[in-house]
Amino acid sequence: MNSPREWWAWGAGATAVLGLALLPLWLQNDYVLSLLISVLMYSVLATAWALFSGPTRYISLATVAFFGVGAYTTAVLGEVLPWAGVLAVALLLGVVMALLVGLATLRLSGVYFVIFSFGLAELTKQLVTWYEVNITKEIGRYVFVDITQQHIYWQLLGLLALVLALRALIQRTRLGLALRVIGEDETVAVHVGINTTVVKVVLFAASSAFITVTGAVMAPRWTYIDPSIAFAPVISFQTLIMALLGGPAALLGPLLGAAPLVLLFEFLSASFPNHFSILLGLVFMVIVYLVPNGLVSLLRRKGGRP
Amino acid sequence: MNFLDVLLAGATLGGLYGLVAMGLTLQYGVARIMNLSYGEFLIAPAFLTYVLVSQFGLSPLWVLVLAIPLGFAVQWLVYQLLLTPLVRRTGAGPALEVDSILATFGLLFVVQGAMLVVFGGNYYSYEYLSVPIHVLGSTVAANRLLVLVVAVLVGGGLYALLTRTRMGTVVRAVSVAPRFAQLVGINVRQTSALAFGMGGALVAVSGVLVSMFLPFSASMGTMFAMKALIVVIMGGVGNLMGCLMAGLLLGFAETLVASFVDPGLTLAVNFGLFLLVLLFRPTGLFGKAAR
Repeated sequence: MNSPREWWAWGAGATAVLGLALLPLWLQNDYVLSLLISVLMYSVLATAWALFSGPTRYISLATVAFFGVGAYTTAVLGEVLPWAGVLAVALLLGVVMALLVGLATLRLSGVYFVIFSFGLAELTKQLVTWYEVNITKEIGRYVFVDITQQHIYWQLLGLLALVLALRALIQRTRLGLALRVIGEDETVAVHVGINTTVVKVVLFAASSAFITVTGAVMAPRWTYIDPSIAFAPVISFQTLIMALLGGPAALLGPLLGAAPLVLLFEFLSASFPNHFSILLGLVFMVIVYLVPNGLVSLLRRKGGRP
Repeated sequence: MNFLDVLLAGATLGGLYGLVAMGLTLQYGVARIMNLSYGEFLIAPAFLTYVLVSQFGLSPLWVLVLAIPLGFAVQWLVYQLLLTPLVRRTGAGPALEVDSILATFGLLFVVQGAMLVVFGGNYYSYEYLSVPIHVLGSTVAANRLLVLVVAVLVGGGLYALLTRTRMGTVVRAVSVAPRFAQLVGINVRQTSALAFGMGGALVAVSGVLVSMFLPFSASMGTMFAMKALIVVIMGGVGNLMGCLMAGLLLGFAETLVASFVDPGLTLAVNFGLFLLVLLFRPTGLFGKAAR
Protein backbone atom coordinates (compact mmCIF):
# COMPACT_ATOMS: atom_id res chain seq x y z
CA MET A 1 0.00 0.00 0.00
CA ASN A 2 2.02 2.87 -1.23
CA SER A 3 -0.05 5.64 -2.64
CA PRO A 4 -2.34 7.85 -0.56
CA ARG A 5 -5.16 7.06 -2.97
CA GLU A 6 -5.01 3.45 -2.00
CA TRP A 7 -5.13 4.33 1.70
CA TRP A 8 -8.23 6.39 1.01
CA ALA A 9 -9.83 3.50 -0.86
CA TRP A 10 -9.20 1.06 2.02
CA GLY A 11 -10.46 3.64 4.52
CA ALA A 12 -13.61 4.30 2.53
CA GLY A 13 -14.22 0.57 2.22
CA ALA A 14 -13.81 0.00 5.96
CA THR A 15 -16.13 2.92 6.76
CA ALA A 16 -18.76 1.60 4.35
CA VAL A 17 -18.62 -1.85 5.95
CA LEU A 18 -18.89 -0.34 9.44
CA GLY A 19 -21.85 1.79 8.39
CA LEU A 20 -23.60 -1.22 6.87
CA ALA A 21 -22.89 -3.25 10.00
CA LEU A 22 -24.69 -0.68 12.17
CA LEU A 23 -27.67 -0.52 9.81
CA PRO A 24 -29.76 -3.40 11.26
CA LEU A 25 -29.52 -1.94 14.79
CA TRP A 26 -31.18 1.23 13.67
CA LEU A 27 -33.49 -0.43 11.18
CA GLN A 28 -36.38 -2.30 12.80
CA ASN A 29 -38.06 -3.68 9.71
CA ASP A 30 -37.98 -7.40 8.98
CA TYR A 31 -38.94 -7.09 5.34
CA VAL A 32 -36.19 -4.60 4.54
CA LEU A 33 -33.71 -6.69 6.52
CA SER A 34 -34.57 -9.80 4.52
CA LEU A 35 -34.19 -7.83 1.29
CA LEU A 36 -30.80 -6.62 2.46
CA ILE A 37 -29.83 -10.20 3.25
CA SER A 38 -30.71 -11.23 -0.30
CA VAL A 39 -28.68 -8.35 -1.70
CA LEU A 40 -25.73 -9.29 0.49
CA MET A 41 -25.99 -12.98 -0.35
CA TYR A 42 -25.87 -12.34 -4.07
CA SER A 43 -23.17 -9.71 -3.61
CA VAL A 44 -20.97 -12.29 -1.91
CA LEU A 45 -21.83 -14.98 -4.47
CA ALA A 46 -21.26 -12.71 -7.48
CA THR A 47 -18.00 -11.30 -6.08
CA ALA A 48 -16.75 -14.78 -5.18
CA TRP A 49 -17.77 -16.00 -8.64
CA ALA A 50 -15.85 -13.12 -10.19
CA LEU A 51 -12.82 -13.89 -8.03
CA PHE A 52 -12.24 -16.87 -10.31
CA SER A 53 -14.23 -16.10 -13.44
CA GLY A 54 -13.47 -12.37 -13.75
CA PRO A 55 -9.79 -12.66 -14.60
CA THR A 56 -9.83 -16.15 -16.17
CA ARG A 57 -13.05 -15.61 -18.15
CA TYR A 58 -14.20 -19.13 -17.39
CA ILE A 59 -17.99 -19.17 -17.20
CA SER A 60 -18.84 -21.35 -14.22
CA LEU A 61 -22.34 -22.63 -13.57
CA ALA A 62 -21.25 -24.69 -10.59
CA THR A 63 -22.07 -21.95 -8.05
CA VAL A 64 -25.07 -23.78 -6.69
CA ALA A 65 -23.17 -27.06 -6.34
CA PHE A 66 -20.99 -25.42 -3.67
CA PHE A 67 -23.78 -23.30 -2.25
CA GLY A 68 -25.96 -26.38 -1.78
CA VAL A 69 -23.16 -28.35 -0.14
CA GLY A 70 -22.76 -25.47 2.31
CA ALA A 71 -26.47 -25.40 3.06
CA TYR A 72 -26.48 -29.15 3.66
CA THR A 73 -23.49 -28.87 5.99
CA THR A 74 -25.57 -26.63 8.23
CA ALA A 75 -28.62 -28.88 7.95
CA VAL A 76 -26.65 -31.99 8.89
CA LEU A 77 -24.23 -30.59 11.48
CA GLY A 78 -26.15 -27.56 12.77
CA GLU A 79 -27.24 -29.29 15.97
CA VAL A 80 -24.07 -31.28 16.49
CA LEU A 81 -21.32 -28.70 16.20
CA PRO A 82 -20.97 -25.12 17.43
CA TRP A 83 -21.66 -22.55 14.73
CA ALA A 84 -17.99 -21.77 14.05
CA GLY A 85 -17.40 -25.49 13.64
CA VAL A 86 -20.18 -25.75 11.07
CA LEU A 87 -18.68 -22.92 9.06
CA ALA A 88 -15.21 -24.46 9.31
CA VAL A 89 -16.49 -27.79 8.02
CA ALA A 90 -18.30 -26.02 5.17
CA LEU A 91 -15.10 -24.16 4.30
CA LEU A 92 -13.12 -27.38 4.31
CA LEU A 93 -15.69 -29.23 2.21
CA GLY A 94 -15.79 -26.40 -0.32
CA VAL A 95 -12.01 -26.34 -0.65
CA VAL A 96 -11.66 -30.11 -0.93
CA MET A 97 -14.43 -30.40 -3.48
CA ALA A 98 -13.04 -27.49 -5.50
CA LEU A 99 -9.54 -28.96 -5.45
CA LEU A 100 -10.77 -32.33 -6.67
CA VAL A 101 -12.92 -30.80 -9.37
CA GLY A 102 -10.37 -28.17 -10.27
CA LEU A 103 -7.42 -30.50 -10.61
CA ALA A 104 -9.45 -32.82 -12.77
CA THR A 105 -11.11 -30.35 -15.05
CA LEU A 106 -9.55 -26.93 -15.27
CA ARG A 107 -7.66 -28.02 -18.35
CA LEU A 108 -11.02 -27.85 -20.09
CA SER A 109 -11.87 -24.52 -21.55
CA GLY A 110 -14.65 -22.58 -23.20
CA VAL A 111 -17.89 -24.35 -23.72
CA TYR A 112 -16.68 -27.64 -22.24
CA PHE A 113 -16.11 -25.96 -18.93
CA VAL A 114 -19.55 -24.32 -18.97
CA ILE A 115 -21.29 -27.60 -19.65
CA PHE A 116 -19.12 -29.42 -17.18
CA SER A 117 -19.82 -26.96 -14.39
CA PHE A 118 -23.55 -27.14 -15.07
CA GLY A 119 -23.33 -30.91 -15.03
CA LEU A 120 -21.46 -30.79 -11.74
CA ALA A 121 -24.32 -28.91 -10.10
CA GLU A 122 -26.86 -31.43 -11.43
CA LEU A 123 -24.69 -34.36 -10.44
CA THR A 124 -24.27 -33.10 -6.87
CA LYS A 125 -28.01 -32.58 -6.63
CA GLN A 126 -28.72 -36.08 -7.93
CA LEU A 127 -26.25 -37.68 -5.56
CA VAL A 128 -27.64 -35.85 -2.52
CA THR A 129 -31.18 -36.78 -3.58
CA TRP A 130 -30.17 -40.39 -4.03
CA TYR A 131 -28.48 -40.46 -0.64
CA GLU A 132 -31.49 -38.94 1.11
CA VAL A 133 -33.96 -41.24 -0.58
CA ASN A 134 -32.00 -44.45 -0.08
CA ILE A 135 -30.01 -43.93 3.10
CA THR A 136 -31.92 -41.49 5.31
CA LYS A 137 -35.27 -42.36 3.66
CA GLU A 138 -36.38 -38.75 3.89
CA ILE A 139 -36.09 -36.15 1.20
CA GLY A 140 -36.16 -32.97 3.29
CA ARG A 141 -34.39 -31.75 6.41
CA TYR A 142 -35.26 -29.18 9.04
CA VAL A 143 -32.56 -26.71 9.94
CA PHE A 144 -32.48 -26.21 13.70
CA VAL A 145 -29.88 -23.55 14.41
CA ASP A 146 -30.14 -20.65 16.79
CA ILE A 147 -29.22 -17.88 14.38
CA THR A 148 -31.21 -14.68 13.93
CA GLN A 149 -31.69 -12.71 10.73
CA GLN A 150 -29.34 -10.04 12.08
CA HIS A 151 -26.61 -12.60 12.61
CA ILE A 152 -27.01 -13.82 9.05
CA TYR A 153 -26.75 -10.24 7.88
CA TRP A 154 -23.54 -9.58 9.80
CA GLN A 155 -21.93 -12.81 8.74
CA LEU A 156 -22.71 -12.14 5.09
CA LEU A 157 -21.33 -8.64 5.45
CA GLY A 158 -18.16 -10.09 6.96
CA LEU A 159 -17.84 -12.53 4.06
CA LEU A 160 -18.36 -9.73 1.58
CA ALA A 161 -15.67 -7.61 3.20
CA LEU A 162 -13.29 -10.58 3.16
CA VAL A 163 -13.86 -11.53 -0.45
CA LEU A 164 -13.55 -7.91 -1.60
CA ALA A 165 -10.34 -7.45 0.37
CA LEU A 166 -8.97 -10.66 -1.08
CA ARG A 167 -9.74 -9.53 -4.62
CA ALA A 168 -8.15 -6.15 -3.95
CA LEU A 169 -5.01 -7.80 -2.56
CA ILE A 170 -4.75 -10.30 -5.40
CA GLN A 171 -4.79 -7.52 -7.95
CA ARG A 172 -1.62 -6.11 -6.39
CA THR A 173 0.34 -9.35 -6.39
CA ARG A 174 2.12 -11.51 -8.93
CA LEU A 175 -0.89 -13.81 -8.84
CA GLY A 176 -3.07 -10.98 -10.09
CA LEU A 177 -0.66 -10.29 -12.94
CA ALA A 178 -0.57 -13.99 -13.83
CA LEU A 179 -4.37 -14.03 -13.83
CA ARG A 180 -4.61 -11.09 -16.17
CA VAL A 181 -2.26 -12.77 -18.61
CA ILE A 182 -4.32 -15.97 -18.47
CA GLY A 183 -7.48 -13.97 -19.12
CA GLU A 184 -5.92 -12.25 -22.12
CA ASP A 185 -4.44 -15.33 -23.72
CA GLU A 186 -3.84 -18.64 -22.07
CA THR A 187 -1.30 -19.80 -24.64
CA VAL A 188 0.83 -16.73 -23.99
CA ALA A 189 0.54 -17.33 -20.26
CA VAL A 190 1.91 -20.86 -20.64
CA HIS A 191 4.78 -19.58 -22.78
CA VAL A 192 5.91 -16.93 -20.32
CA GLY A 193 6.19 -19.66 -17.71
CA ILE A 194 3.00 -19.26 -15.69
CA ASN A 195 1.76 -22.51 -14.23
CA THR A 196 -1.78 -21.85 -15.36
CA THR A 197 -3.25 -24.97 -13.77
CA VAL A 198 -1.98 -24.10 -10.28
CA VAL A 199 -3.13 -20.50 -10.57
CA LYS A 200 -6.58 -21.51 -11.75
CA VAL A 201 -7.01 -24.26 -9.16
CA VAL A 202 -6.00 -21.95 -6.29
CA LEU A 203 -8.43 -19.29 -7.42
CA PHE A 204 -11.21 -21.78 -8.02
CA ALA A 205 -10.74 -23.20 -4.52
CA ALA A 206 -10.83 -19.75 -2.93
CA SER A 207 -13.91 -18.76 -4.89
CA SER A 208 -15.69 -22.03 -4.08
CA ALA A 209 -14.83 -21.80 -0.39
CA PHE A 210 -16.59 -18.44 -0.14
CA ILE A 211 -19.61 -19.78 -2.00
CA THR A 212 -19.84 -22.87 0.23
CA VAL A 213 -19.65 -20.81 3.43
CA THR A 214 -22.33 -18.49 2.06
CA GLY A 215 -24.57 -21.52 1.59
CA ALA A 216 -23.90 -22.60 5.17
CA VAL A 217 -24.70 -19.12 6.50
CA MET A 218 -27.91 -18.86 4.47
CA ALA A 219 -29.33 -22.28 5.42
CA PRO A 220 -30.95 -21.22 8.74
CA ARG A 221 -33.02 -18.73 6.81
CA TRP A 222 -35.09 -21.47 5.19
CA THR A 223 -35.77 -23.67 8.28
CA TYR A 224 -36.54 -26.47 5.81
CA ILE A 225 -34.39 -27.57 2.89
CA ASP A 226 -34.48 -30.30 0.29
CA PRO A 227 -32.24 -30.85 -2.75
CA SER A 228 -34.46 -28.83 -5.07
CA ILE A 229 -34.22 -25.79 -2.76
CA ALA A 230 -30.54 -26.05 -1.85
CA PHE A 231 -29.43 -26.87 -5.40
CA ALA A 232 -31.86 -24.66 -7.35
CA PRO A 233 -30.07 -23.95 -10.67
CA VAL A 234 -31.53 -20.46 -10.71
CA ILE A 235 -29.00 -19.49 -8.02
CA SER A 236 -26.13 -20.19 -10.41
CA PHE A 237 -27.81 -18.31 -13.24
CA GLN A 238 -28.66 -15.24 -11.19
CA THR A 239 -25.16 -15.06 -9.73
CA LEU A 240 -23.70 -15.26 -13.22
CA ILE A 241 -25.93 -12.59 -14.71
CA MET A 242 -25.35 -10.20 -11.80
CA ALA A 243 -21.59 -10.47 -12.10
CA LEU A 244 -21.79 -10.03 -15.87
CA LEU A 245 -24.08 -7.03 -15.64
CA GLY A 246 -21.73 -5.20 -13.33
CA GLY A 247 -18.52 -6.33 -14.99
CA PRO A 248 -16.66 -9.28 -13.47
CA ALA A 249 -13.20 -7.91 -14.09
CA ALA A 250 -13.62 -4.83 -11.89
CA LEU A 251 -13.40 -5.02 -8.11
CA LEU A 252 -16.81 -3.50 -7.41
CA GLY A 253 -18.41 -4.66 -10.67
CA PRO A 254 -20.31 -7.62 -9.23
CA LEU A 255 -21.76 -5.41 -6.46
CA LEU A 256 -22.93 -2.96 -9.08
CA GLY A 257 -24.83 -5.77 -10.81
CA ALA A 258 -26.07 -7.59 -7.72
CA ALA A 259 -27.92 -4.80 -5.92
CA PRO A 260 -30.23 -3.66 -8.75
CA LEU A 261 -30.87 -7.18 -10.05
CA VAL A 262 -31.77 -8.62 -6.65
CA LEU A 263 -34.33 -5.84 -6.25
CA LEU A 264 -35.57 -6.31 -9.82
CA PHE A 265 -35.91 -10.10 -9.45
CA GLU A 266 -37.59 -9.65 -6.07
CA PHE A 267 -40.11 -7.29 -7.63
CA LEU A 268 -40.65 -9.53 -10.66
CA SER A 269 -41.09 -12.74 -8.70
CA ALA A 270 -43.53 -11.04 -6.32
CA SER A 271 -45.57 -9.33 -9.05
CA PHE A 272 -45.41 -11.90 -11.86
CA PRO A 273 -44.74 -15.27 -10.19
CA ASN A 274 -45.96 -17.20 -13.22
CA HIS A 275 -44.01 -15.23 -15.76
CA PHE A 276 -40.80 -14.97 -13.75
CA SER A 277 -38.90 -17.42 -15.91
CA ILE A 278 -39.74 -15.51 -19.11
CA LEU A 279 -38.73 -12.20 -17.57
CA LEU A 280 -35.50 -13.66 -16.18
CA GLY A 281 -34.64 -14.88 -19.68
CA LEU A 282 -35.41 -11.50 -21.20
CA VAL A 283 -33.25 -9.71 -18.62
CA PHE A 284 -30.47 -12.15 -19.50
CA MET A 285 -30.77 -11.43 -23.20
CA VAL A 286 -30.98 -7.67 -22.76
CA ILE A 287 -27.78 -7.75 -20.74
CA VAL A 288 -25.95 -9.95 -23.24
CA TYR A 289 -26.98 -7.79 -26.21
CA LEU A 290 -26.86 -4.31 -24.73
CA VAL A 291 -24.25 -4.43 -21.95
CA PRO A 292 -21.72 -6.98 -23.22
CA ASN A 293 -18.86 -5.57 -21.16
CA GLY A 294 -20.72 -4.74 -17.98
CA LEU A 295 -21.93 -1.51 -16.42
CA VAL A 296 -18.42 -0.71 -15.24
CA SER A 297 -17.28 -0.27 -18.84
CA LEU A 298 -20.15 2.14 -19.51
CA LEU A 299 -19.21 4.21 -16.46
CA ARG A 300 -15.58 4.28 -17.52
CA ARG A 301 -16.44 5.46 -21.01
CA LYS A 302 -18.52 8.29 -19.53
CA GLY A 303 -15.98 9.19 -16.86
CA GLY A 304 -13.06 8.92 -19.26
CA ARG A 305 -10.77 7.32 -16.68
CA PRO A 306 -9.36 3.81 -17.12
CA MET B 1 -35.70 -58.22 -16.99
CA ASN B 2 -33.80 -60.52 -19.31
CA PHE B 3 -30.89 -59.59 -21.48
CA LEU B 4 -32.91 -59.14 -24.66
CA ASP B 5 -35.34 -56.76 -22.94
CA VAL B 6 -32.44 -54.62 -21.83
CA LEU B 7 -30.96 -54.73 -25.31
CA LEU B 8 -34.20 -53.59 -26.93
CA ALA B 9 -34.95 -50.90 -24.34
CA GLY B 10 -31.39 -49.65 -24.59
CA ALA B 11 -31.50 -49.55 -28.37
CA THR B 12 -34.76 -47.61 -28.56
CA LEU B 13 -33.69 -45.12 -25.92
CA GLY B 14 -30.23 -44.86 -27.43
CA GLY B 15 -31.62 -44.36 -30.92
CA LEU B 16 -33.63 -41.43 -29.62
CA TYR B 17 -30.59 -39.91 -27.87
CA GLY B 18 -28.57 -40.31 -31.02
CA LEU B 19 -31.23 -38.56 -33.07
CA VAL B 20 -31.59 -35.72 -30.56
CA ALA B 21 -27.84 -35.22 -30.48
CA MET B 22 -27.42 -35.19 -34.27
CA GLY B 23 -29.17 -31.84 -34.52
CA LEU B 24 -26.99 -30.37 -31.82
CA THR B 25 -23.81 -31.66 -33.38
CA LEU B 26 -24.82 -29.93 -36.64
CA GLN B 27 -25.52 -26.67 -34.84
CA TYR B 28 -22.36 -26.73 -32.76
CA GLY B 29 -20.09 -28.40 -35.27
CA VAL B 30 -20.97 -26.18 -38.22
CA ALA B 31 -22.41 -22.93 -36.90
CA ARG B 32 -20.15 -22.98 -33.80
CA ILE B 33 -23.06 -21.98 -31.60
CA MET B 34 -23.53 -23.91 -28.40
CA ASN B 35 -27.31 -23.75 -28.31
CA LEU B 36 -28.31 -24.23 -24.69
CA SER B 37 -31.98 -23.68 -25.54
CA TYR B 38 -31.88 -26.79 -27.72
CA GLY B 39 -33.94 -28.92 -25.33
CA GLU B 40 -36.73 -26.35 -25.24
CA PHE B 41 -37.09 -26.68 -29.00
CA LEU B 42 -37.58 -30.39 -28.46
CA ILE B 43 -40.30 -30.01 -25.84
CA ALA B 44 -42.20 -27.31 -27.77
CA PRO B 45 -42.93 -29.65 -30.75
CA ALA B 46 -43.89 -32.35 -28.25
CA PHE B 47 -46.54 -29.99 -26.87
CA LEU B 48 -47.60 -29.01 -30.38
CA THR B 49 -48.08 -32.69 -31.20
CA TYR B 50 -50.08 -33.18 -28.02
CA VAL B 51 -52.42 -30.33 -28.93
CA LEU B 52 -52.81 -31.40 -32.57
CA VAL B 53 -53.41 -35.03 -31.65
CA SER B 54 -55.74 -34.56 -28.69
CA GLN B 55 -57.62 -31.48 -29.91
CA PHE B 56 -57.73 -31.99 -33.66
CA GLY B 57 -57.40 -35.74 -33.91
CA LEU B 58 -54.40 -35.52 -36.25
CA SER B 59 -52.13 -38.54 -36.55
CA PRO B 60 -48.72 -38.02 -34.94
CA LEU B 61 -47.15 -39.25 -38.16
CA TRP B 62 -48.54 -36.23 -40.02
CA VAL B 63 -47.17 -33.97 -37.30
CA LEU B 64 -43.82 -35.69 -37.80
CA VAL B 65 -43.83 -34.63 -41.46
CA LEU B 66 -44.97 -31.12 -40.53
CA ALA B 67 -42.24 -30.82 -37.91
CA ILE B 68 -39.42 -30.92 -40.46
CA PRO B 69 -40.10 -27.61 -42.28
CA LEU B 70 -41.43 -25.95 -39.13
CA GLY B 71 -38.42 -26.88 -37.02
CA PHE B 72 -36.09 -25.77 -39.79
CA ALA B 73 -37.82 -22.40 -40.15
CA VAL B 74 -37.84 -21.68 -36.41
CA GLN B 75 -34.15 -22.38 -35.83
CA TRP B 76 -33.15 -20.70 -39.08
CA LEU B 77 -34.93 -17.57 -37.86
CA VAL B 78 -33.34 -17.87 -34.42
CA TYR B 79 -29.95 -17.89 -36.10
CA GLN B 80 -30.71 -14.99 -38.42
CA LEU B 81 -32.39 -12.74 -35.87
CA LEU B 82 -30.72 -13.55 -32.57
CA LEU B 83 -27.34 -15.01 -33.34
CA THR B 84 -26.18 -13.12 -36.43
CA PRO B 85 -25.74 -9.90 -34.41
CA LEU B 86 -23.48 -11.80 -32.01
CA VAL B 87 -21.51 -13.36 -34.86
CA ARG B 88 -20.97 -9.85 -36.29
CA ARG B 89 -20.06 -8.30 -32.96
CA THR B 90 -17.50 -10.92 -32.03
CA GLY B 91 -16.16 -11.47 -35.53
CA ALA B 92 -16.79 -15.20 -34.93
CA GLY B 93 -13.83 -15.14 -32.52
CA PRO B 94 -13.57 -16.88 -29.15
CA ALA B 95 -15.98 -14.36 -27.61
CA LEU B 96 -18.75 -15.81 -29.80
CA GLU B 97 -18.70 -19.01 -27.80
CA VAL B 98 -19.37 -17.26 -24.50
CA ASP B 99 -21.83 -14.75 -25.93
CA SER B 100 -23.87 -17.38 -27.74
CA ILE B 101 -24.01 -19.54 -24.62
CA LEU B 102 -25.37 -16.61 -22.65
CA ALA B 103 -27.86 -15.54 -25.31
CA THR B 104 -29.27 -19.03 -25.85
CA PHE B 105 -29.39 -19.35 -22.09
CA GLY B 106 -31.75 -16.39 -21.96
CA LEU B 107 -33.76 -17.92 -24.79
CA LEU B 108 -34.00 -21.16 -22.80
CA PHE B 109 -35.70 -19.34 -19.94
CA VAL B 110 -38.05 -17.43 -22.23
CA VAL B 111 -39.27 -20.50 -24.13
CA GLN B 112 -39.44 -22.67 -21.03
CA GLY B 113 -41.29 -19.94 -19.13
CA ALA B 114 -43.78 -19.55 -21.96
CA MET B 115 -44.49 -23.29 -21.95
CA LEU B 116 -44.87 -23.26 -18.16
CA VAL B 117 -47.40 -20.44 -18.41
CA VAL B 118 -49.45 -22.25 -21.07
CA PHE B 119 -49.20 -25.86 -19.92
CA GLY B 120 -48.14 -25.68 -16.28
CA GLY B 121 -45.65 -28.03 -14.69
CA ASN B 122 -47.61 -31.27 -15.20
CA TYR B 123 -46.68 -34.25 -17.29
CA TYR B 124 -48.54 -34.80 -20.56
CA SER B 125 -48.96 -37.85 -22.74
CA TYR B 126 -51.36 -39.40 -25.22
CA GLU B 127 -51.99 -42.86 -26.58
CA TYR B 128 -50.43 -43.78 -29.88
CA LEU B 129 -49.23 -47.11 -31.23
CA SER B 130 -48.63 -48.51 -27.76
CA VAL B 131 -49.40 -52.02 -29.01
CA PRO B 132 -46.96 -54.69 -27.91
CA ILE B 133 -44.83 -56.34 -30.56
CA HIS B 134 -43.06 -59.61 -29.95
CA VAL B 135 -39.45 -59.77 -31.00
CA LEU B 136 -37.66 -63.06 -30.38
CA GLY B 137 -39.61 -63.77 -27.23
CA SER B 138 -39.34 -60.28 -25.83
CA THR B 139 -42.03 -57.61 -26.05
CA VAL B 140 -41.57 -53.99 -26.99
CA ALA B 141 -44.08 -51.22 -27.70
CA ALA B 142 -44.53 -50.40 -31.39
CA ASN B 143 -43.95 -46.67 -30.87
CA ARG B 144 -40.55 -47.38 -29.35
CA LEU B 145 -39.54 -49.43 -32.36
CA LEU B 146 -40.76 -46.62 -34.59
CA VAL B 147 -38.37 -44.25 -32.82
CA LEU B 148 -35.44 -46.52 -33.48
CA VAL B 149 -36.43 -46.92 -37.14
CA VAL B 150 -36.83 -43.16 -37.65
CA ALA B 151 -33.53 -42.47 -35.90
CA VAL B 152 -31.69 -44.87 -38.18
CA LEU B 153 -33.49 -43.59 -41.31
CA VAL B 154 -32.96 -39.91 -40.52
CA GLY B 155 -29.39 -40.49 -39.41
CA GLY B 156 -28.60 -42.46 -42.51
CA GLY B 157 -30.36 -39.96 -44.77
CA LEU B 158 -28.54 -37.04 -43.26
CA TYR B 159 -25.24 -38.86 -43.50
CA ALA B 160 -25.89 -39.46 -47.20
CA LEU B 161 -26.91 -35.84 -47.68
CA LEU B 162 -23.71 -34.60 -46.09
CA THR B 163 -21.32 -36.99 -47.78
CA ARG B 164 -22.91 -37.41 -51.23
CA THR B 165 -24.29 -34.00 -52.21
CA ARG B 166 -22.71 -30.69 -53.09
CA MET B 167 -24.59 -28.93 -50.32
CA GLY B 168 -23.27 -31.50 -47.88
CA THR B 169 -19.73 -30.87 -49.01
CA VAL B 170 -20.20 -27.14 -48.45
CA VAL B 171 -21.54 -27.74 -44.95
CA ARG B 172 -18.63 -30.03 -44.11
CA ALA B 173 -16.15 -27.51 -45.47
CA VAL B 174 -17.51 -24.84 -43.15
CA SER B 175 -17.42 -27.26 -40.27
CA VAL B 176 -13.79 -28.18 -40.84
CA ALA B 177 -12.30 -24.83 -41.86
CA PRO B 178 -14.61 -21.82 -41.59
CA ARG B 179 -11.89 -19.35 -42.53
CA PHE B 180 -10.74 -21.17 -45.63
CA ALA B 181 -14.26 -22.06 -46.76
CA GLN B 182 -14.73 -18.37 -47.40
CA LEU B 183 -11.78 -18.31 -49.78
CA VAL B 184 -13.39 -20.81 -52.13
CA GLY B 185 -16.55 -18.76 -52.39
CA ILE B 186 -18.68 -20.34 -49.71
CA ASN B 187 -21.02 -18.02 -47.86
CA VAL B 188 -20.13 -19.12 -44.35
CA ARG B 189 -22.90 -17.28 -42.58
CA GLN B 190 -25.63 -18.66 -44.84
CA THR B 191 -24.25 -22.16 -44.57
CA SER B 192 -24.18 -21.80 -40.79
CA ALA B 193 -27.81 -20.67 -40.82
CA LEU B 194 -28.65 -23.65 -43.02
CA ALA B 195 -26.94 -26.10 -40.67
CA PHE B 196 -28.60 -24.45 -37.69
CA GLY B 197 -31.98 -24.85 -39.39
CA MET B 198 -31.25 -28.51 -40.21
CA GLY B 199 -30.47 -29.04 -36.55
CA GLY B 200 -33.84 -27.44 -35.80
CA ALA B 201 -35.63 -29.85 -38.14
CA LEU B 202 -33.94 -32.79 -36.42
CA VAL B 203 -34.75 -31.63 -32.92
CA ALA B 204 -38.38 -30.99 -33.89
CA VAL B 205 -38.65 -34.52 -35.30
CA SER B 206 -37.20 -35.93 -32.07
CA GLY B 207 -39.67 -33.87 -30.07
CA VAL B 208 -42.62 -35.38 -31.93
CA LEU B 209 -41.16 -38.85 -31.41
CA VAL B 210 -40.63 -38.24 -27.68
CA SER B 211 -44.27 -37.24 -27.31
CA MET B 212 -45.33 -40.58 -28.79
CA PHE B 213 -43.89 -42.74 -26.05
CA LEU B 214 -42.68 -40.70 -23.08
CA PRO B 215 -44.65 -38.47 -20.72
CA PHE B 216 -43.15 -35.00 -21.01
CA SER B 217 -43.32 -31.73 -19.08
CA ALA B 218 -42.39 -28.11 -19.74
CA SER B 219 -39.24 -28.27 -17.63
CA MET B 220 -37.77 -31.41 -19.22
CA GLY B 221 -35.93 -29.58 -21.99
CA THR B 222 -32.74 -28.97 -20.02
CA MET B 223 -32.44 -32.67 -19.32
CA PHE B 224 -32.61 -33.50 -23.03
CA ALA B 225 -30.16 -30.74 -23.87
CA MET B 226 -27.70 -32.09 -21.30
CA LYS B 227 -27.99 -35.60 -22.68
CA ALA B 228 -27.59 -34.35 -26.22
CA LEU B 229 -24.46 -32.47 -25.16
CA ILE B 230 -23.02 -35.54 -23.52
CA VAL B 231 -23.67 -37.56 -26.66
CA VAL B 232 -22.22 -34.85 -28.91
CA ILE B 233 -19.02 -34.71 -26.89
CA MET B 234 -18.81 -38.49 -26.57
CA GLY B 235 -19.31 -38.92 -30.30
CA GLY B 236 -16.88 -36.18 -31.27
CA VAL B 237 -18.22 -32.74 -32.21
CA GLY B 238 -19.65 -32.67 -35.73
CA ASN B 239 -19.44 -36.44 -36.16
CA LEU B 240 -22.90 -37.77 -37.13
CA MET B 241 -22.16 -41.47 -37.00
CA GLY B 242 -20.27 -40.94 -33.74
CA CYS B 243 -23.45 -39.33 -32.45
CA LEU B 244 -25.57 -42.35 -33.22
CA MET B 245 -23.02 -44.71 -31.68
CA ALA B 246 -22.59 -42.56 -28.56
CA GLY B 247 -26.36 -42.20 -28.27
CA LEU B 248 -26.77 -45.97 -28.31
CA LEU B 249 -23.98 -46.36 -25.79
CA LEU B 250 -25.65 -43.91 -23.42
CA GLY B 251 -29.01 -45.61 -23.93
CA PHE B 252 -27.52 -48.99 -23.01
CA ALA B 253 -25.65 -47.62 -20.00
CA GLU B 254 -28.80 -45.97 -18.68
CA THR B 255 -30.97 -49.02 -19.21
CA LEU B 256 -28.43 -51.31 -17.58
CA VAL B 257 -28.09 -49.14 -14.50
CA ALA B 258 -31.84 -48.55 -14.26
CA SER B 259 -32.69 -52.24 -14.43
CA PHE B 260 -29.82 -53.77 -12.47
CA VAL B 261 -28.63 -51.11 -10.03
CA ASP B 262 -31.06 -48.32 -9.18
CA PRO B 263 -33.34 -46.23 -11.44
CA GLY B 264 -32.52 -43.17 -9.30
CA LEU B 265 -28.93 -43.24 -10.48
CA THR B 266 -29.44 -42.91 -14.25
CA LEU B 267 -28.63 -39.20 -14.27
CA ALA B 268 -25.55 -39.78 -12.16
CA VAL B 269 -24.44 -42.36 -14.73
CA ASN B 270 -24.98 -39.80 -17.46
CA PHE B 271 -22.76 -37.25 -15.83
CA GLY B 272 -20.25 -39.83 -14.71
CA LEU B 273 -19.81 -40.98 -18.31
CA PHE B 274 -19.66 -37.39 -19.47
CA LEU B 275 -16.87 -36.57 -17.01
CA LEU B 276 -14.89 -39.64 -17.93
CA VAL B 277 -15.06 -38.81 -21.62
CA LEU B 278 -14.18 -35.17 -21.03
CA LEU B 279 -11.20 -36.09 -18.92
CA PHE B 280 -9.75 -38.89 -20.98
CA ARG B 281 -10.94 -38.27 -24.52
CA PRO B 282 -12.01 -34.64 -24.84
CA THR B 283 -12.20 -35.02 -28.62
CA GLY B 284 -14.74 -37.82 -28.29
CA LEU B 285 -14.69 -41.58 -28.42
CA PHE B 286 -15.06 -41.66 -32.19
CA GLY B 287 -13.50 -38.36 -33.18
CA LYS B 288 -10.04 -38.05 -34.65
CA ALA B 289 -9.70 -34.42 -33.59
CA ALA B 290 -12.55 -32.12 -32.73
CA ARG B 291 -11.10 -29.15 -34.55
